[in-house]
Amino acid sequence: MPRVKVYVTLKPTLLDAQGRVVQNALTALGYDNVQQVRMGKYIEIDLGDNGRPIGEEVAEMCDRLLANPVIEDYRYEVTE
Amino acid sequence: MKFGVVRFPGSNCDQDAYYALLDQLGQPVEYVWHQSTDLRKFDCIVLPGGFSYGDYLRTGAIARFSPVMDAVIEHARKGRFVIGICNGFQVLCEAHLLPGALVRNVGLKFVCKHVHIRVENENTPWTSMARRGQVLRIPIAHGEGRYVADEGTLAELEAANRVVFRYCEPNGTVTQESNPNGSMGNIAGIANERFNVLGMMPHPERAAEKLLGSADGRVLFKSVVRALHTV
Repeated sequence: MPRVKVYVTLKPTLLDAQGRVVQNALTALGYDNVQQVRMGKYIEIDLGDNGRPIGEEVAEMCDRLLANPVIEDYRYEVTE
Repeated sequence: MKFGVVRFPGSNCDQDAYYALLDQLGQPVEYVWHQSTDLRKFDCIVLPGGFSYGDYLRTGAIARFSPVMDAVIEHARKGRFVIGICNGFQVLCEAHLLPGALVRNVGLKFVCKHVHIRVENENTPWTSMARRGQVLRIPIAHGEGRYVADEGTLAELEAANRVVFRYCEPNGTVTQESNPNGSMGNIAGIANERFNVLGMMPHPERAAEKLLGSADGRVLFKSVVRALHTV
């Protein structure tokens, strides 16, 4: 069964408050080469076959629910 | 003339809204379960604060697909009144009844305190009994209340006076220090194009009687009641 891995990230133009705090924490731990940290969501979907092209259906899922296009971008990969 | 307060799983300001409307403002009000699909008997729908569906995925993202939301969208499309408070505002944005989105506060903290907001537009059904520039003291309680929108949307909101409330100092000055969550333009509340839909992060229902520290929220409900009587 195909497994779809969806990555949802905050748009680059938006301040990622969580990412900023994690970045500060890494810097405080001595990793002073950390330039930027941005956080997102990772979603795994096991998808049964319904005859629809996987890409089309996953894009629809992302547009409708998994990501909010006002603030987020998404990308996905399909593995078997 | 009837208010309906929607209850999603995880709503927790539904009783506050119900109490404020019934006991403090003497208005007829009923709860509306999120599975309801018929809102015809209601004049004004309240989407209350809380953590609908545990804020899973994004705040308001799951509630937006509750059966009741199709009816809320239809209610709004007819020009009838809808107010979303806190989580309700997040749901309205997810449902595209209002533009933009609400994301994690800049300081990452859940901020729970009284703030001051300035009435930016008194020509709305929600603020007709307030003055332009009037400062209201109303509590906020949210972790994800930073209003964001793209430049075009912000310009549109400003040009049409759809920014109804802005965070400000007690004297009404809009400053960065008075912005509790990093919202663009200090935006605390916006309306749709027709002004029949309002979303705001502060909780007017928690400021409906002096005993609770402020009665400044009453002006919103009194305004919409007047609007209902003159429709």
